[in-house]
Amino acid sequence: MPLVSSSLNEWGNMNSAAKITVANLSRRTLKDKLFKGLVLFMSLITISPIVLIIYKLVEKGYRQISLDFIIKTPPNTFEAMTALSNGELIPGGIANGITGTLLMVVLASVIAIPVGVITGIYLYENPGKLLANLTRNISDILQGVPSIVLGLIAYMWIVKPITSGFSALAGSVSLSIMMLPMIVRSTEETLKMIPESIKEAAVALGVPYYKVILRVLIPTGFSGLLTGILLGISRILGETAPLMLTALGSSVINLDITKPTSAIPLLIWEFYNDPNMVDLIWSSSLLLMGMVLTLNLVSKRIAARTK
Amino acid sequence: MKEDNVNIKDPVLSIRNLSVAYDKGNYAVKDVSADIKRNAVTAIMGPSGCGKSTMLRAINRMHELYENIETKGSLILNGKDITDMPTIQLRRMAGMVFQRPNPFPTLSIYDNVIAGYKLNGIRLKKKERDEVVERSLRDVTLWDEVKDTLHKKGTFLSGGQQQRLCIARALAFDPEVILLDEPTSALDPVATSKIEDLLVKLKENYSILMVTHNMSQAARISDYSMFMYLGELVEYGKTKDMFTNPKDRRTEEYLTGKFG
Ligand SMILES: Nc1ncnc2c1ncn2[C@@H]1O[C@H](COP(=O)(O)OP(=O)(O)OP(=O)(O)O)[C@@H](O)[C@H]1O
Ligand SMILES: [Mg+2]
Repeated sequence: MPLVSSSLNEWGNMNSAAKITVANLSRRTLKDKLFKGLVLFMSLITISPIVLIIYKLVEKGYRQISLDFIIKTPPNTFEAMTALSNGELIPGGIANGITGTLLMVVLASVIAIPVGVITGIYLYENPGKLLANLTRNISDILQGVPSIVLGLIAYMWIVKPITSGFSALAGSVSLSIMMLPMIVRSTEETLKMIPESIKEAAVALGVPYYKVILRVLIPTGFSGLLTGILLGISRILGETAPLMLTALGSSVINLDITKPTSAIPLLIWEFYNDPNMVDLIWSSSLLLMGMVLTLNLVSKRIAARTK
Repeated sequence: MKEDNVNIKDPVLSIRNLSVAYDKGNYAVKDVSADIKRNAVTAIMGPSGCGKSTMLRAINRMHELYENIETKGSLILNGKDITDMPTIQLRRMAGMVFQRPNPFPTLSIYDNVIAGYKLNGIRLKKKERDEVVERSLRDVTLWDEVKDTLHKKGTFLSGGQQQRLCIARALAFDPEVILLDEPTSALDPVATSKIEDLLVKLKENYSILMVTHNMSQAARISDYSMFMYLGELVEYGKTKDMFTNPKDRRTEEYLTGKFG
C-alpha cells in the first residue's frame, strides 16, 4: 500500500510541475513573440530608407534613362526649359559626368591600391612595431577626416602648385586619400585571416619571404583584397564635397587629368542649382545608386564565395 | 643520455649540442646531440611541450621566420653545416610536413605538387613537370586516386589525401630527409594507417624523422626512437630496445603511460 500512495504522490507532484511549466511556457512564448515582433519592426525601419530611396529614384528617374543619357552632355538651361515647356523629356545626358567619374575613380585607385596594399602588408608583417602601430592609428584617423577637408588638402597640394588650376588629378588625389584607409585595413585583416600554416608551407619549400607574400599570401587573400577595394571604390563614387574644391566640373567630356573635370555627383549638385534641370537629378542619382549597389553586391558575392 | 646504444655510421643528419630558445635564456630545446640514420624512420616522442616541434623546425631553419628565436649548436646535413647552405638548398634537402594538412588553397593538385618549383621560380619543361608530379603522387599512393582530377583544387581532397599531397609536395624536391611533425594527428585511423604504410615504404629512398604523440605508431613504424623531456633528449636508441628495455626511468614512465 505505501508503495502505491508514494507513487500517487509523485504523480501529483509531477502534474503540478507540469502545470507550472505550461504557464511559464505560454508567458515565454508571448515574450518570444513580442521580441520577434520588435526585431522585425526595427529591421523594417532599417531597410525602409533604402527601399524608399530606390523606389523614388526609379519612379522619378527612369524616364530620362536612355542611350542619349549616357553618351551626351547636359543641355543648356534654355534647351532644358524649352523641352520642359513642350512637355518633353530633357534632351542630352551626363556623359561628361560619367567619363569624369570613371577617370577619377580609376586614377584614385591607381594611386590608392598599391600604396594601401603595401601599407597593409607592412602592418601585417610588423604587428608590434611602433611605426606600424602609428601607421595603423593614423590610417584609422584618416578614415574619419571629413571629405571636404581632404578636398582642401588636395587643393593645396595639387590645384595650386601642380596643375595650377582645378583638375581631375587633384580630384583623384583627394578621393585616393579617402580610399586609402579602407584598403589598408582590408589588406591587413585579409592577410591576418590566412592560416599561418599556409605561410609556413611556403617557407618550408624555401620560398623567399617576398615571394611568399606575392605568390602565396596575396593570391590566397585575393578575394578579400578585392572586396576591400570594391567597397573603397563604392565609397568614393558618390563623393561630392572634395571634388568641388578640386575637379570643379566641366560641361564637356574631359580626359585630360590636368584640366577641370565633371563627375556624376558634381552634376547632380549643378542640376540642383538649376530649376530647369531638376528631372536630371533623379536619373543621375539613379545611375549613381545603381553603380554603388552593383559594386556592393559584387563585393558581397566575392566575399561570400570565398568563405 | 646513453650514447652507447646508438652508433650510427654515415648519418644523414648530425645534431650537435642543439639549443633553441624562444625568449632569451629560456630554452625549449636543451643541448641535444644525436645522429640520424639514413634510410630509416626515426621517431621523436615525448610529452606535450617538451620541444619536439622546436627541434624539428630547427633542422630546416624554420625559426628564421620569426625574430628573437635563438638557436645554438650545429646541424650537419649530409656532411654540410646547414647554416652554410642557401635556405632554398637546405629546404630542398629537408622537406617538411606539418601536423595539419596545408595544401595551397589557390593551387590545383598538380600545382601543389610542384609548388616548390613554381613558387621559387624554378623552370621545368612540361615533360619534366609531368614526371615529377606523377612520380611524387605515385610515391604517396595518391596517383590512382587523383590522376583524373589533377587540375582540381588541392583543398577539395579529404584530409588524409591532403596530407599525402603535402608529403608529395615535399618529395617533389627529392629531399634527403623528410621532417614530419605529428603528420597523422589530425587524421582518422584509416588515413593514418595509409600514411604509416607509406612512410615505411618511403624509407627505402629517404630518411625520415617524425614527431609523434602516438607511442604505438612509433613502435609500429620507427627503427630508432628519441624520447625528449623538458627540452632534453633523455634517451635515444633502437625502437625495439627502447620499448622493451628503456634505460631511463622517465622513458619507462612515459612508455608505460605514467605521464604524458
Ligand atoms: N612560438 C613560440 N613562442 C614561445 N614559446 C614557444 C613557441 N612555440 C613553442 N614554445 C614553447 O616551447 C616549448 C616547446 O614547444 P614545442 O612546440 O616544441 O613542444 P612539442 O614537444 O612539439 O609539444 P606538442 O607535443 O604539444 O606539439 C613549450 O614550452 C612551448 O610553450
Ligand atoms: Mg609539436
